[in-house]
Amino acid sequence: MNYLAFVLRRLITLIPVLFGISLLVFFMIHLVPGDPAVTLLGSHATTSAVAELHKQLGLDHPIWRQYLTFLNHLLHGNLGESYQYKSSVTSLISQNLLPTVWLIVAGVILAVLISVPLAVWAASRRNRLADSAIRTIPLVGLGMPAFWLGIMLILLLSLKAGAFPASGFGTGTLNHVRSIILPGLTVALALVPILVRSLRASLINVLQSDYIVTARSKGLGAPRVVLGHALRNAAISSVTVLGVNIAYLIGSTLVVEKVFALNGVGFLMITAIFNRDFPIVQGVTLLFAIMVVAVNLLTDISHAALDPRVRLS
Amino acid sequence: MTVISVPGSATDTVVPTTRRRRKHNVLLIVGLTLFGLLVLAAILAPVLASHDPIQQDLANARLAPGSPGHLLGTDELGRDIYSRLLYGARIDLRVGVLAVVSPFIIGTVLGLVSGWFGGWLDTVIMRIVDVVVAFPFFVLVIALVFALGAGTGSIYVAITMVGWVAYCRIVRGEVLVAKEQEYALAARASGLPTWRILFRHLLPNVVLQAVIYSMSDIVLTILAIVTLGYLGLGVPPPTPDWGSMIQDGQQFLLTQWYLATIPGIAVVITGLALALIADGLVDRFDRR
Amino acid sequence: MSPLLEVHDLHVEIPVPHGHLHAVRGVSLTVDAGESIGVVGESGSGKSITLRALLGLLPQPAQVTKGSIVLDGVDVTGLPERRRTKVLTDAMSMIFQDSLTALNPVMRVGDQIAEVPRRRLGMSKSAAHARAVELMDQVGIPEPERRFRAYPHQLSGGMRQRVCIAIALSAEPRLILADEPTTALDVTIQAQVLEVIDRLRRDRRLGVILVSHDLAVISQTCSRIYVMYAGRVIESGRIGDLLALARHPYTFALLRAVPDPDLPVHRLLTIPGQPPDLAAVPAGCSFAPRCAFAEPGCYEVDPALTPVPDDPDHASACIRVETAPQWLDWTPADVLDLVEKT
Repeated sequence: MNYLAFVLRRLITLIPVLFGISLLVFFMIHLVPGDPAVTLLGSHATTSAVAELHKQLGLDHPIWRQYLTFLNHLLHGNLGESYQYKSSVTSLISQNLLPTVWLIVAGVILAVLISVPLAVWAASRRNRLADSAIRTIPLVGLGMPAFWLGIMLILLLSLKAGAFPASGFGTGTLNHVRSIILPGLTVALALVPILVRSLRASLINVLQSDYIVTARSKGLGAPRVVLGHALRNAAISSVTVLGVNIAYLIGSTLVVEKVFALNGVGFLMITAIFNRDFPIVQGVTLLFAIMVVAVNLLTDISHAALDPRVRLS
Repeated sequence: MTVISVPGSATDTVVPTTRRRRKHNVLLIVGLTLFGLLVLAAILAPVLASHDPIQQDLANARLAPGSPGHLLGTDELGRDIYSRLLYGARIDLRVGVLAVVSPFIIGTVLGLVSGWFGGWLDTVIMRIVDVVVAFPFFVLVIALVFALGAGTGSIYVAITMVGWVAYCRIVRGEVLVAKEQEYALAARASGLPTWRILFRHLLPNVVLQAVIYSMSDIVLTILAIVTLGYLGLGVPPPTPDWGSMIQDGQQFLLTQWYLATIPGIAVVITGLALALIADGLVDRFDRR
Repeated sequence: MSPLLEVHDLHVEIPVPHGHLHAVRGVSLTVDAGESIGVVGESGSGKSITLRALLGLLPQPAQVTKGSIVLDGVDVTGLPERRRTKVLTDAMSMIFQDSLTALNPVMRVGDQIAEVPRRRLGMSKSAAHARAVELMDQVGIPEPERRFRAYPHQLSGGMRQRVCIAIALSAEPRLILADEPTTALDVTIQAQVLEVIDRLRRDRRLGVILVSHDLAVISQTCSRIYVMYAGRVIESGRIGDLLALARHPYTFALLRAVPDPDLPVHRLLTIPGQPPDLAAVPAGCSFAPRCAFAEPGCYEVDPALTPVPDDPDHASACIRVETAPQWLDWTPADVLDLVEKT
């Protein structure tokens, strides 16, 4: 079937991208001229430590061989070993993955719950007061740093109102839910301005389409026009808008985890930065890129499932 | 058969745009004024500041805003917040604006070349773009600054490595449209050298979208700098920077909430000014 | 017997930042069953807005501010809005200019045709399917069973417009409103689509209102014609009378503009000047500033549409309607001279 062919073709395009991602992540340590071992350990490292790392990284080998070794390890799920924890980066990441996944899911749900009603409201009362008010949100929100927003939410909802814990992930599902709301709200609110703006534009586009007039001229009732004609078309453009922005949301979890001391992979990476623990930074960066690639893939696949023009062209 | 047509196009449309345009010109002026004031404050920081921004005064630490001699209070080391804010603007605005220059130039040139020549060159450049956009912006910038070592130099390099792709995509898209247009065809037909067609004929027509984007890119870059400062990867202390000010203030959130709040408001105002300029430019020049 | 549709003194206004844009200013027209009428006018003359108003589907924020719509002798104007829209959409269907945007891009064309039989006429799924295939056959779509499953973007422009006609027919209307239905099509396809509409009109005794900026399209298919300018009907009559004996300078200028091999064509096909700003219509005849025959009186009164002497079916809104026949002595070159003097 055409759809399967589309998915297959889309999967094949992933190969060069994943290859490029591995190259970029690999070459990160070679950005600074000189011995990467010295760069990684900092200028006040002992010569023996530098020598040991030099050997560990296989820096004596030609660079292409170093890359092939790296790629080979990568394909076997081996992201190297943390200097500080002395355990494999893969296991460290999998230990810390849960809060990050919670955060992304909570962020996406909250972002959709906040943005979609606002966008629908603005689009349906176009150029009236509510619309103008909603349209100014992006102007103010665009320059709002996610971490600062998180701090403000802690100040208002945690310290002042005492409604939510200010940090940590808690134990047990119920506490997880309580703990994830503020960070989730933070990443969601950081995204809302952009999301509302794009969703509003695409909704207005759909509602003004000639085919909506056609449907109405058929004498169909409002529910049928909305459910049968407007919704699916609006969903098509919204899925793309959402997909692009979820990538942005994933990026903002990094610093938000730090604000809320949420022990996810972002927190792991930031801690590793302070410990100059390069393999962790490298591994988490790679993980984030793969998450974005996966989200983009899902977006395209669901877009094609909804829109016959994509898969048939 | 004689076809007799009524002049004008076939569709009936009503376009009352004049007032909308004027309203957005107001926004543009407000944005430019606001941003101008911020830049002026940054340039005149040595004149406007009431104190030395790094001068500690532990006896007068954590004073509330409105305290005598300290307009916005003092931080945990007794440094004047108002003066630190001004000097912070100096760093953050300068780095924010300068850091978009090289991605703008590199991305625009690569986008021009990619869109004009197409073929394998286009394929290679677009594959690289695909790889860079696969990383979340902040994650890649933070990882690169880490790999390069903290400091402004690393910030410039990291932002350039990540930021050029957006300009490249925008300009390439514009070139693909523009190169089929008659002025471009005419320039090609006249046998002008390629570089001249690209930079004299095409560039002025495609650069506008990149300029409009650069306004929101400056916001994004300032956010990145502030975030790096917050994570301790920005300008090394004691040089004031809005991000590190927020980070210093976070631990006193319960008692001195304004320490973390005030620098954040400065960031939001900067973002608002640039967003107004971007919106105003879109409405003024965007033909779509 | 009363006509199928009678529109009296229809006014449509669009709120704009400083006041109102008077898009339709007192349009009256009638259509009988089995009759095809044409509405011709340039961009912004209010012809498309008039059609949308008839169906109760005006674009936001336009509103009907005055006038009545009489369907089969029954005035529907006073009905509550939802009831009125139902009565109007039951009786009429619309065909749009751009068939690509008028069709839902993510729905199979067959499902779009079967939608009304299924949802509104209460047919079973298979009956609605059969009905859709039958309609596709009637509008001249070859292999309707196979095309049923196509998406709009997979069909050619002509086929898509036939699908639109089939959709319009699916509601079993008695009146079809066609807004520039052939403008987006090639000339040969245009003729085919017009032929389909005309055949359906004859077979089903459908009323047709055809809106176009193209006099040739209208003269091929319509028996009567309404010429609109600046939101008003400025001349109406049987097609033959109007083409031969135009009594309004605007129609006259359009018709006299027959290409002459000795003259540059582009000058002939345009009328100098712009239509008035409908947010602030000046006093007097709205065509006067562009009229080659204008006299001081034209700037004082806006003449009503009045029957031409000797012909009650022919009406013109010009103060010189009495002396108009003498214009026939003018040649195209003379008109051009006048036009260039203004």
